[in-house]
Amino acid sequence: MTDKNNEELPEGGVIHEGGNADSYETGGWRKLRPVLDNEKCTNCLICWVMCPDSAIIVEDGKMVGFDMEHCKGCGICDTECPPKIKAIKMVSEEEAD
Amino acid sequence: MATEKSNEMQGLTGNSAVALAMKQINPDVCPAYPITPSTAIIETFSSYVADGEVDTELITVESEHSAMSASIGAAAAGARVMTATSSQGLALMWEMLYIASGLRLPIVLTNVNRALAAPINIHCDHSDSMGARDSGWVQLYSETVQESYDNVFMAVRIAEKVRLPVMVCLDGFITSHAIENMATISDANVQDFVGEYTPETSLLKDMENPISIGAMTLPDYYMTFKKQQSEAMAEAKDVVEEVSAEFAQKFGREYGLLDSYELEDADVAIVIFNSATGTTKVAVDELRKEGFKVGVLRIRLFRPLPHAEIAAALKGLKAVACLDRADSFNDFGGPLFNEVRSSIYDLEDRPKVISRIYGLGGRDYKVEDAKSVFEELLKVVETGTVEEMTKYITI
Repeated sequence: MTDKNNEELPEGGVIHEGGNADSYETGGWRKLRPVLDNEKCTNCLICWVMCPDSAIIVEDGKMVGFDMEHCKGCGICDTECPPKIKAIKMVSEEEAD
Repeated sequence: MATEKSNEMQGLTGNSAVALAMKQINPDVCPAYPITPSTAIIETFSSYVADGEVDTELITVESEHSAMSASIGAAAAGARVMTATSSQGLALMWEMLYIASGLRLPIVLTNVNRALAAPINIHCDHSDSMGARDSGWVQLYSETVQESYDNVFMAVRIAEKVRLPVMVCLDGFITSHAIENMATISDANVQDFVGEYTPETSLLKDMENPISIGAMTLPDYYMTFKKQQSEAMAEAKDVVEEVSAEFAQKFGREYGLLDSYELEDADVAIVIFNSATGTTKVAVDELRKEGFKVGVLRIRLFRPLPHAEIAAALKGLKAVACLDRADSFNDFGGPLFNEVRSSIYDLEDRPKVISRIYGLGGRDYKVEDAKSVFEELLKVVETGTVEEMTKYITI
């Protein structure tokens, strides 16, 4: 769907593919950004379980970062990261840039 | 090709005729929550399901909101879906009605017209379906038990052709509970007429290539989808004509977008919906015997509005009364009045139009009531002035 005025758009707004939410970027209005401290992270993956937007990227069983196209900066990962570890910190977008 | 003009006659109520039509169509899914006065449709149909006379999956839901939600889900999956409701039930479906039409799902719903609360009332008026008139559903209004039965078959064809949901309306108790001697169509001919439903797109059609239905659309796409829907509604008018013509050719009963009675040389006319048309026709016959040139225009298709046909039918008349069995509470007449009046605006020599609201909550509308409206119209013609543009009658 490239032409937004295309009247040949599929009837009723049907999208002829599944799993397409992945290609719809929703992270644009984030105010706070999670920042990972690799030194502290124990890869317990509690953040991966709790993230409501599936924005924790895990490779080979290890937490490797955040999907910034979908992360909305809610801070649940920061809150859920165990108090003794605290490997995730929320910083403002302005500060991060 | 099957043709059947000498059909078998049966005495049926409107509800049992609609249930029989649903049985003969044998839809895939029927989610339903019975409500007076449409209860007997689902009651009778559930017996057909229990007796194994249909293959339909009957879903007994906990509310009409759920009935329409389940209808949407089943239709999106690719099923032929039918349901029935009335009044508060239709009101509770309201949110989902727009979703059914916006998703372009050809659901067929029979609405047995009943007044909306408050005060609570179970009898006939059109406030329920009039409230849903802008929900994107095609609306067919039925004068008789025969027409209610016939409209259900045509509704299936219309819905599936234009991919819009269709509402078949008939008058609560007056049509739904009165027994009428009517012609039925054989099961084989019904199946031949409605055909098999093979949607182009559906959730279950191709499991290897899943699709998404109901996705979010923002200002960049939403309006384009609404324009498509509006164009589909405009196309529906032609489809209703085509399907009605095919029905007439196969089964011998003719239905137009409108039903004109003694209009050709009429000076004045009543425009009306559903069962009250018959009462008005009796008044026309009696007044014609006395030499008055009076007629009736019944609106069968209200959504989309056959505005050009309405203008053509009322051209040359001197005064017209639009009889609404619902009020818009706008201090400016009922919905039928406003739309008919707007339809004839571009006529060079347009008739004067008055609004009369009648029969709310099942209040009787008698031949005398129709006659008194005709007398008012004749007075408008005689004096050239409208004394009361909007008024409640039968009160």
